[in-house]
Amino acid sequence: MNADKVLDAKGLACPMPIVKTRKEMKDMESGQILEILATDKGAKADMTAWAKSGGHELLEIEEAGDVLKFWIKKG
Amino acid sequence: MTVKAMTAKEVARKVIDNEPLFILDVRNGDAFADWKIEGGNIQYLNTPYFDLLDGVEEVVSELPKDRDILVVCAKEGSSVMVAEMLDEEGVDAAYLEGGMKAWSEHLEPVKVGDLKNGGELYQFVRIGKGCLSYMAISDGEAAIIDATRMTDVFLDFAQEKGAKIKHVFDTHLHADHVSGGRQIAEATGATYYLPPADAEEVVFDYAELVGGLEVAIGDAKIEIEALYSPGHTIGSTSFIVDDQYLMTGDILFIDSIGRPDLAGLAEDWVGDLRESLYSRYAEFADELIVLPAHFMIMDELNEDGSVAKKLGDLFKENHGLNIEDEQEFRDMVTKNLPPQPNAYQDIRSTNMGKITPDEEVQREMEIGPNRCAVR
Repeated sequence: MNADKVLDAKGLACPMPIVKTRKEMKDMESGQILEILATDKGAKADMTAWAKSGGHELLEIEEAGDVLKFWIKKG
Repeated sequence: MTVKAMTAKEVARKVIDNEPLFILDVRNGDAFADWKIEGGNIQYLNTPYFDLLDGVEEVVSELPKDRDILVVCAKEGSSVMVAEMLDEEGVDAAYLEGGMKAWSEHLEPVKVGDLKNGGELYQFVRIGKGCLSYMAISDGEAAIIDATRMTDVFLDFAQEKGAKIKHVFDTHLHADHVSGGRQIAEATGATYYLPPADAEEVVFDYAELVGGLEVAIGDAKIEIEALYSPGHTIGSTSFIVDDQYLMTGDILFIDSIGRPDLAGLAEDWVGDLRESLYSRYAEFADELIVLPAHFMIMDELNEDGSVAKKLGDLFKENHGLNIEDEQEFRDMVTKNLPPQPNAYQDIRSTNMGKITPDEEVQREMEIGPNRCAVR
């Protein structure tokens, strides 16, 4: 999937993946897609819940080994 | 850093002593709804940490001034952040050291009683997950039943008591938590027993735990007698210890009974479950003290934190022991069952030795309540 921007949050523990994602999102336009890489397993449920509460659209989650990839479209 | 930590042990003591506590749980709503720190005198507020990144003002007004405030998250990081933000707003709040992971792993040893010829029986209450393990100690020897994977707790406890661990039992192949039995046996040279009917796919050597088996610990000869009592699993085995205690595994709990579906054969095993509960257990003395492998709700804890009750009382009070109609019993234990424990198939495979996930993965597999019962 094509993303407008990629955020590498690998190796970061909660809450940092969401903190960084949120910061990154603020600088993006509505409709743009951010790809996030994370290794914190808790990010899966939290990213899903955060996107929902923030009005963003979580397009896809992919697990490749230890790395979780998220594609979120800014709402 | 100015905020203070509260350990899982401190929280466990508060829960057991029924002390007031206010928990601000900053995990996402689903995680909170699924599993949280339970206690009779706890008040809660669940606001995910990601809704507090702009500031905690909105929750400050909802926090009480007259009880301790504890911020809780999955692993600690977010709760430290939120506790610091609260501190900046002038609110005194602690965070749970190690988060819900530490809560899930904390074991609180509680003495259940003395054995007749000297010696003691301890229950290890895994208060965050509801698992119960046991250690009987007599004359410098110990036996352990249904150990969890936090093996150091058992090894250290035996050492403190000056006891050598001789026998390690699992009442059945567990589906809700990873057993520590095999590791303890390997570390101490003790014998590890499993019921053979549950162990068909097990890939390591074990001693067969069969009905009628009797072992003794210490010179005082504390008898531990095994009784075949299938139903939760086909191999489920109970123990009578010292003619005083009935360890029921996951067959009979204080306020509920075991579910027969976690190894996939609810319909087949419901008859065994009924037979074990309504015929075998009914023959035992009312005075036996029932010690199960789990509790599900905090109401099952006694005032001292132990989970134990006389068999005669359970035959009067436990709904699962008082369903006269066989079809009604069958329906209760096979229909409308609660969700199965998290990752229960992987947990079973781990307990069979088929897979060996690293510790972090084992932690994740065990997240959540145990859900071994039907009520």
